[in-house]
Amino acid sequence: MKQVEILVVGGGPAGLCAALSASSLGAKVLVCERDDLPGGQLVKQTHKFFGSEKQYAGDRGYQIGQMLLEKAKSDPKVEIWTDTTVLGIYEDGVVTCEHDGKHVKIKPQRTVIAAGAAEKFLAFPGNDLPGIYGAGAVQTLMNVSGVKPASRVLMVGAGNIGLIVSYQLKQAGVEVAAVIEALPKIGGYLVHASKIQRAGIPVKTCYTILEAYGEGKVEGARIAKIDANWQPIPGTEEDIKCDTICLAVGLSPLTELCWQAGCEMAYIKELSGHVPITDDYLETTVPGIYVAGDVSGIEEASSAMVEGKLAGLSAAASLGYGVEAAPGLQKEAMEELDELRAGPMGERIRLGLEKVAAKGGAK
Amino acid sequence: MRIEEHPVLDFERGEKFTFFYNGQEVEGYASETVVAALHAAGIRQLGTSPELHRPRGLFCAIGNCSSCFMTVDGEPNMRVCVIKCKPGMRVEEQKGKGVVRI
Repeated sequence: MKQVEILVVGGGPAGLCAALSASSLGAKVLVCERDDLPGGQLVKQTHKFFGSEKQYAGDRGYQIGQMLLEKAKSDPKVEIWTDTTVLGIYEDGVVTCEHDGKHVKIKPQRTVIAAGAAEKFLAFPGNDLPGIYGAGAVQTLMNVSGVKPASRVLMVGAGNIGLIVSYQLKQAGVEVAAVIEALPKIGGYLVHASKIQRAGIPVKTCYTILEAYGEGKVEGARIAKIDANWQPIPGTEEDIKCDTICLAVGLSPLTELCWQAGCEMAYIKELSGHVPITDDYLETTVPGIYVAGDVSGIEEASSAMVEGKLAGLSAAASLGYGVEAAPGLQKEAMEELDELRAGPMGERIRLGLEKVAAKGGAK
Repeated sequence: MRIEEHPVLDFERGEKFTFFYNGQEVEGYASETVVAALHAAGIRQLGTSPELHRPRGLFCAIGNCSSCFMTVDGEPNMRVCVIKCKPGMRVEEQKGKGVVRI
């Protein structure tokens, strides 16, 4: 059994930042990443980030991922296991994983779960045809593998992911027939929406997909306008010829390990699903288990990085590392999170976090 | 089709070789997942569903969802969205749930 001080599950933006901040206080960290390349979803993000300099605004997502990975790799206190899937977390604190094709046991003193999220699916006839992909999958094909994922795409969802991926499809030489959104207004940032509208891609709000059709593969979709009760309005149906339908309809926190560990969970709509109840330092109701990133509620990569930093600091400090420096750094991270969540775009998250706090979480 | 020119990215694909999809030769590069190489060759159907035998393709591309299960070198239920292709690898559309070799 491998003994570690801090185990970080997931090598995405939250996990890598957790590892780096914990090691900066002196703790030894093991990061388990299921992919062969750490960086999480940053590896496929070609757009420039917003926020402040602290969250690397102005850099492209994949560059931030590379930078974090290089820092972690050159850090003697951080060990990274790639191609490693964490499988279970047990009452006695033992964590099991598949590593190098073998079943391996780890005994960490503290664990940070930063497992990320999964793309949501949508119910409609024909939704299982080849050619219906999560928006992230299309991003992986074109931005990681450099493969043209489609000829003509219908994008479902006008949140930031739907908008950004539509623009990236255009950059990769793929035609985007339309972006449809069931809500009456575009959910993503205006700057992304303007970019794709300038590129000539129509964004249709109050629209839904009725069905996907095709013989053995997607050949098109029928869409329609919906009324205030989300019912299709007769006579507004349109036929969109396309070989790919991209679903950008949100993400769900990957919380299996939190459930298994016995963390108290709550369904918080604003955070996109069941999330663990945490205190201000991101510790769950199971002592020694911390969470960071999308696991604790769907937000952006910038907040995932800061949450990672906070969880890593908290885990290390609880082991007695950097007890003098930690409180100041933790406070700094909390203020950074507040800044990121300020303003109208952060309203949903603030409301969600208030609900977590009301359930006995953040103190 | 592979993207040759991109406004932001350069793709370093590594060694080029061939592998087999249902016995047919397909081109692949060392850096590519099986599913990426198949997509580049225009192949998007990866299998059929176990009960209704409906065609199945890729969905998540990060090893989450099980939509891309194929038989790889005789081993069923392999997530080809996260497995890298290798020279001479035999990738087959999976019928049913597959039989595990012991």
